[in-house]
Amino acid sequence: MSLSDLLILLPQAFLLVWASLLLLVDLFISKERKVITAILGAAGLAITLGLTSGQWGSRATGFNQMVVVDNFSVFLSGLFTLAGLVAIVIAYDNMRRTGIHKTEFYSLLLFSVAGMMLMSAAADLIIVFLALELLSIPLYILAGLAVPRAGSAEGAIKYFLLGAFASGFVLYGTALIFGATQGTSLAGIMASIQSGTAELPLLVIGAALLLVGFSFKVAAVPFHMWTPDVYQGAPSPVTGFMSIGAKAAGFAALIRVFSLAFPSLAGQFAPIFAVLAGLTMVVGNVAAVSQVSIKRMLAYSSIAHAGYILMALVPLADPSVAANSTASALTYLVVYGITTLGAWAVISAVENADGGDTSVRDLSGLARQHPWLAAAMTFFMLSFTGIPPLAGFWGKFYLFRTAIEGGYTTLAIIGLLSSLVSAWYYLRVIVMMYFRESEAGASRAPSIQIAAILLALAVLVLGLFPSGLFQLALQALANGVS
Amino acid sequence: MNTIPMSYYLVLSAVMFTLGAIGVIIRRNPLVMFMSLELMFNAANLTFVAFSNAFGNANGQIFVFFVMVVAAAEVAVGLALIVAIFRTRHSIDIDLMNTLKN
Amino acid sequence: MLEYLPLVILISLAAGLAVLVVILGHSFGPHRPTAKKGLPYESGMTPYGPGTRRMSVRYYLVAVLFILFDIEVVFFLPWAVMFRKLGVFGLVEMLIFIGILLVGYVYAWKKGALEWE
Repeated sequence: MSLSDLLILLPQAFLLVWASLLLLVDLFISKERKVITAILGAAGLAITLGLTSGQWGSRATGFNQMVVVDNFSVFLSGLFTLAGLVAIVIAYDNMRRTGIHKTEFYSLLLFSVAGMMLMSAAADLIIVFLALELLSIPLYILAGLAVPRAGSAEGAIKYFLLGAFASGFVLYGTALIFGATQGTSLAGIMASIQSGTAELPLLVIGAALLLVGFSFKVAAVPFHMWTPDVYQGAPSPVTGFMSIGAKAAGFAALIRVFSLAFPSLAGQFAPIFAVLAGLTMVVGNVAAVSQVSIKRMLAYSSIAHAGYILMALVPLADPSVAANSTASALTYLVVYGITTLGAWAVISAVENADGGDTSVRDLSGLARQHPWLAAAMTFFMLSFTGIPPLAGFWGKFYLFRTAIEGGYTTLAIIGLLSSLVSAWYYLRVIVMMYFRESEAGASRAPSIQIAAILLALAVLVLGLFPSGLFQLALQALANGVS
Repeated sequence: MNTIPMSYYLVLSAVMFTLGAIGVIIRRNPLVMFMSLELMFNAANLTFVAFSNAFGNANGQIFVFFVMVVAAAEVAVGLALIVAIFRTRHSIDIDLMNTLKN
Repeated sequence: MLEYLPLVILISLAAGLAVLVVILGHSFGPHRPTAKKGLPYESGMTPYGPGTRRMSVRYYLVAVLFILFDIEVVFFLPWAVMFRKLGVFGLVEMLIFIGILLVGYVYAWKKGALEWE
């Protein structure tokens, strides 16, 4: 290890140090002034965002090629830090209102973001595993943050048990791959496969186990059953962060591992990815229709969106479309991230002060009482559905286009049909807000309103000028992945 | 002294992993599920050490150190969650945890 | 495999002896059970209440803290073995590691996790 190694991981290292110090500093901040902790947490994320964006355009490996910083990692790190920032803004108001303002939230969030950033920079299966745990363990605690409240601990323990179960699969898969190729670095694994020294059966079993583990993390069917319970039980701001952070980190690992280490296996895995994607889209969207609780509905919707993104991993074996399809996955992650954070921001604002479950019905009449929140929520629901000209439409457009280019027209049609189903439950939310009479109460805190409105604006702007984001995603792949 | 063939380790670890995975799926007591999880982790550890020994490099053994520490951190969080649940519900049976439904 | 033969003989001898003693005791010993003899502590206090008493939750907290700080030894040991080779670099590395542990320790302390009541 040398100083240059540390420089490569400077954003992650900085964030970890900051989070540890924040944990200590918070002990000495009096109860009335806990806003300082929130601001310090946000400041740490903002500085990290600056540090990581400074690395854009360069490519460097460090720690004996265990980590690699390239545009791909910077792109995703930006997404993670921004998601963390939004989560802090949402959480500060929501947690104080629902009486669960535990300030460990901020440190844990920072730790989790650091883990996600490390995941995006992983070039070795050891780092993949460590990053997976670094991002997951704080999330288990965050899910149980509202603990005396019914459901929070229950969701947390389910998340914990299934998360650790998934980690077990990742770990055993890693062990088998280590046995098959005598190494754990992604480049080394690829070299071993190409030179023919790898033990193929062992390698394929290992890769399949990795796939199972990551499918749990991104909540792909049939490894999705934990999602609704966890999303419903966890505090809403945490759920919002989890729905993009954990998912994007899982996809980061999938893309890194399957496009860097096993490009030659991608052909064999294409049918598996296709089945996973198809199942996930259909099951997620169909199950969401019958949900009463809006948190459970969005949980199933997040499953469905994971299915859309999985579609991009199917044609990885075809070099002519691989770059485009990976870029469309990244684009969709950003679009989905903005939309889901926005939707959860609105839910955090609407949530009752007792923190009880929020049903779709609780949104009725929101337009009259809180026109801005309702308008923002409308944008998010339309974007989720994929109505032009919002960002969600373009996200789906790129995904379906690359699926067709890769020769998976059936999959694209399944995606399109299940999107039609999804229109039913997304539009129901809008109908509730605008055409039902009721007094939907909501937080009047300006911070949460501004966050929701800004995110809605982002959805609109990205929808009006979609090519910029897609080009950025293509550039993110230019100097590392594929 | 003869060395033990590699396949013995692999079969043992595969059996351990499978037992652990089945345990997590069919047992309903979180504490027993924990132990099953540990069994899965240790199956992977055994594989690492065995391969590491066979290849004559230490990478796998170092990985085991990390895994042990990570597993300890996980257990700490898991035990804390179980205690939290027990304090509010006075039962930790996973099947009784069904407040999260419509 | 021959070098394991003494071990096999020892194990089978031990197991065989244990089984033999139990069988001998059962078949030749007199059996005159009375209520007093059936008690868990024959000439001690009369037990009352359920046998499996619940441990206080506080023990769990101590156990959790113990697990966390105990497992770190796994990193100290290799460092101690290679102390001279790693030199100043290793020392600084280990100090950073201990610093991180200290953060957790101070947190647990200030939060009152170390107090019994």
